[in-house]
Amino acid sequence: MIQARNLTKHFGPKVAVDGISFTLEKGEVLGFLGPNGAGKSTTMRMVTGFIPPTSGEISVGGHDIAREPIAARRLLGYLPENAPSYSDMTVTGFLGFAAEMRGLSGDSKKRAIHRVAEMCFLGPVLQQGIDTLSKGYRHRICFAQSIIHDPEILILDEPTDGLDPNQKHEVRSLIRDMGKNKAIIFSTHILEEVEAACSRAIIIDRGRIVANGTPAELKARSPESGALTIHLGGSPGEGAGKKLRALAGVERIATLGENPLRVRLYPAKNTPSADLARAVLQAASAHAWQIEDLRIEEGRLDDVFRSITLPDTTKESRK
Amino acid sequence: MNPILVIAKRELGGYFASPVAYVFLVIYLLLAGFFTFMVGGFFERGAATLDSFFVWQPWLYLFLVPAVGMRVWSEERRMGTLELLFTMPVSPWQAIIGKFLAAWAVLALALLLTFPLVFTVNYLGRPDNGVILAGYLGSLLMAGAYLAIACMTSAATRNQVVSFILSVVVCLFLILCGWPPVTNLLVQWANPAVVDAVASFSVMAHFNSISKGVLDSRDLLYFASAIVFCLFATSVVLRTHRG
Repeated sequence: MIQARNLTKHFGPKVAVDGISFTLEKGEVLGFLGPNGAGKSTTMRMVTGFIPPTSGEISVGGHDIAREPIAARRLLGYLPENAPSYSDMTVTGFLGFAAEMRGLSGDSKKRAIHRVAEMCFLGPVLQQGIDTLSKGYRHRICFAQSIIHDPEILILDEPTDGLDPNQKHEVRSLIRDMGKNKAIIFSTHILEEVEAACSRAIIIDRGRIVANGTPAELKARSPESGALTIHLGGSPGEGAGKKLRALAGVERIATLGENPLRVRLYPAKNTPSADLARAVLQAASAHAWQIEDLRIEEGRLDDVFRSITLPDTTKESRK
Repeated sequence: MNPILVIAKRELGGYFASPVAYVFLVIYLLLAGFFTFMVGGFFERGAATLDSFFVWQPWLYLFLVPAVGMRVWSEERRMGTLELLFTMPVSPWQAIIGKFLAAWAVLALALLLTFPLVFTVNYLGRPDNGVILAGYLGSLLMAGAYLAIACMTSAATRNQVVSFILSVVVCLFLILCGWPPVTNLLVQWANPAVVDAVASFSVMAHFNSISKGVLDSRDLLYFASAIVFCLFATSVVLRTHRG
């Protein structure tokens, strides 16, 4: 549905986006991750045709965004960053405007407003002026606007920003559900969101794609991935840590806490984590340790995120 | 519905949902009445014309039209709704025309509400209603030209005050550029062709001839081209800002 090839964007001497390419198919939910100012919003703005790229091509549903902007935008729903809306209008008035702009009128317009009001929980405030509503409502109003024409492609810039935890959860499940038969891009810097809603994620840092994969693949890049976390109850004795370290296939051990003993074992390269777990259990029964917890770490996305994006930015700030 | 109409309808709703339209209408009518009767000496003239009304129009519009037009684009840019508008399936010129038409309709409504003047002058004497109609047409066109200028300056900044001042200055230039003190100033260092060219930009000459009842195609063309040019400039300014 979306093909972006070699997008670059310069604002004066500043390079905001530097050679980003990606594709998005129907049924995919693509997460854009990255630190603030990494170029996520700029990329999304280029995909929607709001700002032209300095170079590169974007095709949306087969329409080149530069040559056939209207045809391409018909397929798009867009939630801009900060969720702007016309604050002098009522919620119904605003959604009606959005619907009419999308060519809906009469009954189909009414049905569309009703549908999105239900999906975004706007029922109680439909007749209120937007300027009287809280940030969370405004955010959902703008989100409602983006799906009013049931678009095939959705581009959401920080769709859960400013929402409370319940609303965040609702919006995430909404995105996941809609992702089954739409193509969705959304940006966020909340990492659980990527795991909760995305089928694929791209990490962008200073205008470049630094990682691209499913959340599971990205997590596997974490240094913690595959490590064993062990909690030993009771008093396992002095040498327990050393004995664990001495097991075959242990690369290194990190002590997370003493008494009760909590350690993390990192398996050597060719040792599957499951084999190491079995070895630990055998050692435990041999030494009569009480194992309270033993688990294989999946790896955490924020570790991956930090290890990919942070080193460079700190270098930058030291200059 | 055509996107131009959808946008114009929303804009009109916006004017009447906020105090903008009401304040404008009331102030315009009060000032128009004051200048026509108290300053212009409508009754003392003893003539069945609306000259004392029309002669103040360029000056009233000088401040009131930029006050209406200053928000047209700067408000969209300040609130971020420009991004919403320009990612909907609508071309920039449709949005520009839709917003222009809505603001122009407010100005037209204000002009229409001066109808008691027409009744008064018809009650008191036997005016040439053709000339009065031409005067209204001239006023409407002049309001349109000022408004197009205000749209242009409004697109250039997200600050409404800056937008207001800029458009007042440009409109003032258009009023004064045919005025002898200004042309005399130019004569000293510019060649006559330049002086003539600058003087021909004067809104006064064109407005006066229309309000005398002379519908010259050159005057109509002047206002039409001013509107078209400024709206075109608006689209260029908006495009540069998005880049």
